[in-house]
Amino acid sequence: MSNTRYRDIAEQGLWQNNVAFVQLLGLCPLLAVSNNTINGLGLGMATLLVLVCSNVTVSLIRHWVRPEVRVPVFVMVIASFVTAIDLLMNAFMHDLHMILGIFIPLIVTNCAIIARAEAFASKHSPGYAFWDGLMMGLGFMAVLVVLGALREILGQGTLFDQAHLMFGSGAEWLTITLIEEYQGFLLAILPPGAFIGLGLMIATKNWLDQRGDKKIIHGANHQQTNTPVAPS
Amino acid sequence: MLMRQMLITGAILGGFAAIGSTLVAITFGATEERIEQAHRDALLRSLHELVTPEQSDNDLYHDVIEVTDRELLGSHKPVQIYRARKAGQPVAALLTPIAPNGYGGAIRLLVAIHYNGHLAGVRVLQHHETPGLGDDIEASRSDWILSFNNHSLSSLSAGEWKVKKDGGVFDQFTGATITPRAIVHAVHHSLNYFQQHREAIFNTPSLPPEAEHHE
Repeated sequence: MSNTRYRDIAEQGLWQNNVAFVQLLGLCPLLAVSNNTINGLGLGMATLLVLVCSNVTVSLIRHWVRPEVRVPVFVMVIASFVTAIDLLMNAFMHDLHMILGIFIPLIVTNCAIIARAEAFASKHSPGYAFWDGLMMGLGFMAVLVVLGALREILGQGTLFDQAHLMFGSGAEWLTITLIEEYQGFLLAILPPGAFIGLGLMIATKNWLDQRGDKKIIHGANHQQTNTPVAPS
Repeated sequence: MLMRQMLITGAILGGFAAIGSTLVAITFGATEERIEQAHRDALLRSLHELVTPEQSDNDLYHDVIEVTDRELLGSHKPVQIYRARKAGQPVAALLTPIAPNGYGGAIRLLVAIHYNGHLAGVRVLQHHETPGLGDDIEASRSDWILSFNNHSLSSLSAGEWKVKKDGGVFDQFTGATITPRAIVHAVHHSLNYFQQHREAIFNTPSLPPEAEHHE
């Protein structure tokens, strides 16, 4: 019973109800910071951490918070975690923090986090809330990293450029130059590249989903596919 | 009854505000020193790229003054000048002027000038230039910024302190003239400022250690 529930939450977070692909939340930092893989990974991890912490906290306090002050309390929880994580990143990943700059504090305004607090964590036990935060966060991070990697490869022909900003000096070997003497494709790095890239990724996801649906219908009609419960 | 409800609700809200603030305060206290250290390391790293630790023996980070010169240093706000000395003798000044007219807004520079007026080097501290076009001003992407090394007001005439397109000696980039032009201009201004104020730069006492942290 509970195993299928966990699996369901994972599927929702990673794919079927992915924050960036399906809910289309948190696009501002997603589009701004995904110009290379490491930036995407940095913001993705920060968001993931905030999402997990806020989900668990909201779930733990869900019986004490009255409905009237629910939203301000959630906002306060999220803002506190974001500020704390901002300070920690500033202290321990200073160079990366300089690049991500304003987008770390702006995680507060990522609607995905308050949406999970309100729609999921406030109605479920801490275990589920933790798992939901982790899966939603991973789903978001995956999109950031893949979009960042696509833009970096197209834009400057490398992968994991500036890895030392995140993993410390000595991690330079992670940087892979895929195309030597590459002239660069500016559009991919500039903001339009983010919109086009994300659009193509969403299209690909929808195409995969449709193909999957068809297979199920053609293959066997004995089982109803579990349709998503509620639109978000 | 209603009053009681409101009080309880208010207390809940206040309680969470207090817990949240405590969390932030604890994190702040735990990271404050580390953040300042990181700031200092980052700045010292760029300072020492231009004036190596062997060339000076003073505490570069704390031997600093703030000056304001809107025309020559590009900002109406105070700009830091770090002083490098060896055995008490002035070695070089590291100015942090702003090139206000970059393509993407202000470009923060670090300009190191030897006591004799020759450039020890120039680095870009912060910029918002177009990636792939204007960001060749970064030392990690291109050697362009090194073309300033050893130049001075006497090695080039005022007319030569320009990009080639404007009749000077410095390269512009393909597709990006505004960025290099802004930097050449700002470096030239810094040299002029240094020439006019050289003795004052080295003789003014440092800021008290506390003041410099509040930018």
